[in-house]
Amino acid sequence: MTAFDDWRARSPYYDETHEALAQSVRRFVSREIAPHIDRWEAEGELPLELHKKAAEAGILGLRYPEQYGGHSEGFDNFHGLVLTEELAAVGAGGLGASLMTHGIGLPPILALGSEELKERVAPPVLAGDKIIALGITEAGGGSDVANLKTTAVKDGDDYIVNGGKMFITSGMRADWLTCAVRTGEPGAAGISLLLIDMSSPGVERTRLDKMGWRCSDTAAIHFSDVRVPASNLIGPENGGFIGIMRNFNSERLGMAMGCCAYARVAMAEAAKWAQSRETFGRPLVGHQSIRIKLADMERQIEATQAWVDLCAWQVKHGKDRPADFAMLKVQATRMLEAVAREAAQVLGGASYITGSKVERIYREVRVNAIGGGSEEIMLDLAGRQLFSGKR
Amino acid sequence: MKILVPVKRVLDYNVKPRVKADGTGVDLANVKMSMNPFDEIGVEEAIRLKEKGVATEIVAVSVGPAKAQETLRTALAMGADRAILVQTDDEVEPLALAKIFKAIADAEAPGLVILGKQAIDGDNNQTGQMLAALTGWAQGTFASAVNVEGDHVSVTREVDGGLETVKLKLPAIVTTDLRLNEPRYASLPNIMKAKSKPLDTKTPADYGVDTAPRVKTVKVSEPPVRSAGVKVADVDDLVAKLKAIGVHS
Repeated sequence: MTAFDDWRARSPYYDETHEALAQSVRRFVSREIAPHIDRWEAEGELPLELHKKAAEAGILGLRYPEQYGGHSEGFDNFHGLVLTEELAAVGAGGLGASLMTHGIGLPPILALGSEELKERVAPPVLAGDKIIALGITEAGGGSDVANLKTTAVKDGDDYIVNGGKMFITSGMRADWLTCAVRTGEPGAAGISLLLIDMSSPGVERTRLDKMGWRCSDTAAIHFSDVRVPASNLIGPENGGFIGIMRNFNSERLGMAMGCCAYARVAMAEAAKWAQSRETFGRPLVGHQSIRIKLADMERQIEATQAWVDLCAWQVKHGKDRPADFAMLKVQATRMLEAVAREAAQVLGGASYITGSKVERIYREVRVNAIGGGSEEIMLDLAGRQLFSGKR
Repeated sequence: MKILVPVKRVLDYNVKPRVKADGTGVDLANVKMSMNPFDEIGVEEAIRLKEKGVATEIVAVSVGPAKAQETLRTALAMGADRAILVQTDDEVEPLALAKIFKAIADAEAPGLVILGKQAIDGDNNQTGQMLAALTGWAQGTFASAVNVEGDHVSVTREVDGGLETVKLKLPAIVTTDLRLNEPRYASLPNIMKAKSKPLDTKTPADYGVDTAPRVKTVKVSEPPVRSAGVKVADVDDLVAKLKAIGVHS
């Protein structure tokens, strides 16, 4: 039985620095996370100390500039993939989603924000002292970003924000929200990004219970006349849409990698079970139908992984195109759906009992297939870009 | 003061060991290997002593195959300054290891040698003690606290009856127990820096040590599968059952 991440040793994209980082993260996960993850899943959120510890271990700051307390020296995006994979080893998708929410909340600020804003926000986030989340989706629509309804109206040196955000990961614990708001005309050209201090008067949040990602807190957020200083504007007014879209590409690559990693965990659990469980006088794996299932799972994982790694290579070398991330995400979520299903079939009744990794991963399928851009939106986006000349 | 820290590449502690089909040993082909956890604690302790200004240089040393370089790079990424790989594909027994470390200690003249109390593969728990005997240096084994004061080191030892603190004259040998510290995590910048730190490659012959095994392994087998237990209703039932199997009369 090989470990779930042994494939990296045979890949052209990963060298000894990736393996050394993997070992470091693996130790962190086995010491600081694995003993507690079941409790956090039951409690519905991660403790704040975990962010602090992850910062000290060099996990939160990975890929971010040194001047804000990050670690970017020698970083390539395969290190980011390794981190995603190792955090997946405990088989709880909410962990990576919630511990690393700054991975979607912070990049727009670093890409578009003023130097003052970066200095104010990035260091405490990367030190694990503050939590930042991303607020795009609204109750009236998620993937249709261009038509979002939350408004920010200029009033002197402030914006007054009204409206609300829905399904916001880490939203209950967030100190800051990188929030998409309408500051101008209808459509994509009227959208800005605004950093909202979540302790401001007029911010109300409600905890949402979920099918999966249970150790990650999710919020419905309501803004009523929330006053936000104009200095919290991220990038130019009405210039937020491109920042949101750019962010999506790396989010989709990360989610695709996450799907591969969770599929590998489910696969490893299924293989272990098939080798140890005896039925009809022989191990489960002695039955052709089970062997075929396992090989079919492995086939889909390796094919998806190959595309994830190619896309990461293309990003590294500036040869990427947005349609690929959209289609890759669909490939990954459909693969995860198939693998989670088959792993559950191999485990049989054991996969239906709470506490098994396969049971948990099965429940994480939908959030991947819907969050970060649903499969339907992804394929339409790719289709428009590739075949109809529209964006 | 220089600190010498031996580190061993072992089967990763998360991997379930499997015995080779021919019963000659544990199957190490294509399984994940990492630094012996007790050695990691040794590296961490050396780094803390350096951070306190007690130590000036940390030399990590490993005896093993070419792949043991990865283990040394981990030690360098954690904070060791340079490394020595004594390369051999033989399985090196504690006495031969201790002889190699003795030769390196003679050459490097460290103030402290900090070893793991044992490696999680062989669980021998011998190398540190043998090294102390060969060098004639004082030893503090199973350390849960290490404090260097002038030309002495006080080592708090985890012994069966509790804790025992011994004061040793430097140079000395210390072996680590689990509660000595929590090793740090190597961050990416330190992993990158470790790539350019010096790593010398030697062989046991360079130190005049013959690593041929003195002990012959006859057979390695899986531990017997534990059979299911029996639930007892009360104390009387327990006593009756113990009497029945002849444990209690």
